[in-house]
Amino acid sequence: MTAAAEPLAVDAETRSSSGAGWAAFRAMLLRDFTILDKRLPQFLAGTIMQPLMLVFVLTNVFPRIGQAIGGGDGASRFSSLLLAGVVAQTIIFSGIFIVGTEMVRELGVTGEMEDRLLAPAPIALVAIEKILSGALHALFGTMVVFPIAALVPATPVYLDVQPVVLLTLTPLACITASALGLTMGTRFSPDTASYLFGVVALPLSFLGAIFYTWPSLDPVPLLKYGLLANPLVYVSEGFRAALVPSEPHLSLLVIYPAMIAFTVVFTLLGIRGLRRRVVT
Amino acid sequence: MPLPLHVSQPNGGRLGVCQLATQVASLMNLMGTSLRAEVSAAPVADHLPWGGAATEDGVSPDPAFDAVVTTRSLRKVYANGRVAVEDLDLQVRRGEIFGLLGPNGAGKSTTVGMLTTRIIPTSGTAIVNGIDIAAKPAQAKQVLGVVSQANTLDQGLNVWENLYFHGRYFGLADKPARAVSDELLDRFRLGDRKTAEVGSLSGGMARRLMVARALLHRPAVIFLDEPTAALDPQSRIALWEILIELQGEGQTVLVTTHRMEEADEHCDRLGIMDHGRILAVGTPRQLKSSLGSGAAVTVRAENRLENLAAYLGRAPAVTEIRVVEEEVRFCLPTTAGALQWVLAAAQVGGYQLTDLSVTDETLETVFVSLTGKELRE
Repeated sequence: MTAAAEPLAVDAETRSSSGAGWAAFRAMLLRDFTILDKRLPQFLAGTIMQPLMLVFVLTNVFPRIGQAIGGGDGASRFSSLLLAGVVAQTIIFSGIFIVGTEMVRELGVTGEMEDRLLAPAPIALVAIEKILSGALHALFGTMVVFPIAALVPATPVYLDVQPVVLLTLTPLACITASALGLTMGTRFSPDTASYLFGVVALPLSFLGAIFYTWPSLDPVPLLKYGLLANPLVYVSEGFRAALVPSEPHLSLLVIYPAMIAFTVVFTLLGIRGLRRRVVT
Repeated sequence: MPLPLHVSQPNGGRLGVCQLATQVASLMNLMGTSLRAEVSAAPVADHLPWGGAATEDGVSPDPAFDAVVTTRSLRKVYANGRVAVEDLDLQVRRGEIFGLLGPNGAGKSTTVGMLTTRIIPTSGTAIVNGIDIAAKPAQAKQVLGVVSQANTLDQGLNVWENLYFHGRYFGLADKPARAVSDELLDRFRLGDRKTAEVGSLSGGMARRLMVARALLHRPAVIFLDEPTAALDPQSRIALWEILIELQGEGQTVLVTTHRMEEADEHCDRLGIMDHGRILAVGTPRQLKSSLGSGAAVTVRAENRLENLAAYLGRAPAVTEIRVVEEEVRFCLPTTAGALQWVLAAAQVGGYQLTDLSVTDETLETVFVSLTGKELRE
């Protein structure tokens, strides 16, 4: 220790709580993106692999080996439908695996969230920062996955992009997914985190109207209406409305309110979950 | 009967018989006068009641007592009904190193948790630097520095970034945060590990970095929970050097520990806690002497043990005197001069001692006498 070090004066002054809180909020975002920058290759690999494999096998390999879903023109239609579902799945998975597993690790294994929890901000703001940060990560991941889902299929993908829907739905879906991830991340412990994939992600995905449209489930009404409890259904259907609007899909009048409602509920559950985990 | 005197001192010192005889002669006429005064009067000032300067309601009557941490009737009952902290009245003076001592499960960590916003009190108040923690946790965090027992460094960031981002969380702009991070790394001898991953740091380095991080925003008080646990002796010494240097600069430090020797050596004041209650507060010296047993004395004599006990017991400094197994045992407020005083007293009274030992009352004996010996798991 250097003798010349300036004595640490005791600083009795405190800044306004809201000012201090927002400064901490911005710094936490900066921290998250510093880490994204460091771990970019891992992030990209983790984000791209699942949709790439899905799109590659279902829309590139299958048509070539005569196993095309839908057959003939149907293959092309399926590729277009699947693109919307894959983008939706990428976003939801980003939320669960990036925000969720990170929360499980930081809260349960390393305790490294401590410094942010002791920053001069309410716990709710720390939770909201995590949601925003996760949403921005998901948005970035979506932008990478989009061209893959459009270019990988062997058959042409016909898109009729609805810019207003796409530009409003994408950020909303990212926030919904991130809030879902926070809720999951605060409820799963490191011991149970391995169930996140099997128990949460897998059913959400297969029952998330990724490989089929929601209206096409008419023959199985029980399943059709049961699926409305799955937030991924609204995201998948929303992307169909944004990218292939001519296909039958859930009404946007249902999609937007449902996604907003899911976002609010997951945000509140996430804040409550974080508070429960870190404040006794 | 000759005088087969065997005199032992706790520090390993042993007085030869000749040496002893000389000392006894010179001390003969001091019996009941100056030495007694020294033994009895000087430590009286230290014989403050439990709680030191604090009164029953925990509020100091001393206006000069500048409390940076004050708790009043602080209580925590967990959801399972366990009362972790019960009516805690505590004051930590600005600029002191205050040690919270207690066995496992005593309530130390719950107390620190309540003082650092992570545990919500069931009732009572906790004020740090004038801010009510339960009422304004986000604001209170501006004045708290926390070093938890576990390594909570941000694993995604390198050594320097851990400090830099901490500064940013606490509202420092980019440049000041960079400057203070550089300065603290040098100061805490981590300058050469600036870009290292925090996972590569040794336990001592990680703890130093956590202390540096906790100090960066200049908190009014820094809390350290078992800071030297799992550290090697060199790292422990280095950490205490840092804490003492910080104290020299006016930093208030609250540390929890169950390392008696560290608490004794480095803390200005200690609070001994058990079962959620503060059992005693005072300087290490006060605590050691407040049992009335700064020195534990054991005397053997040829005969008339009861008479010897009655004789010695007349001296005001002698407490807890009793005859046990052919020995007279009693306590004196301090070890200083105790040996000579006992010898002189025995000579004057005409008692022939065969054995005499004076041992220091240690903080550990105080601790065990207050908290009991049963094993805490």
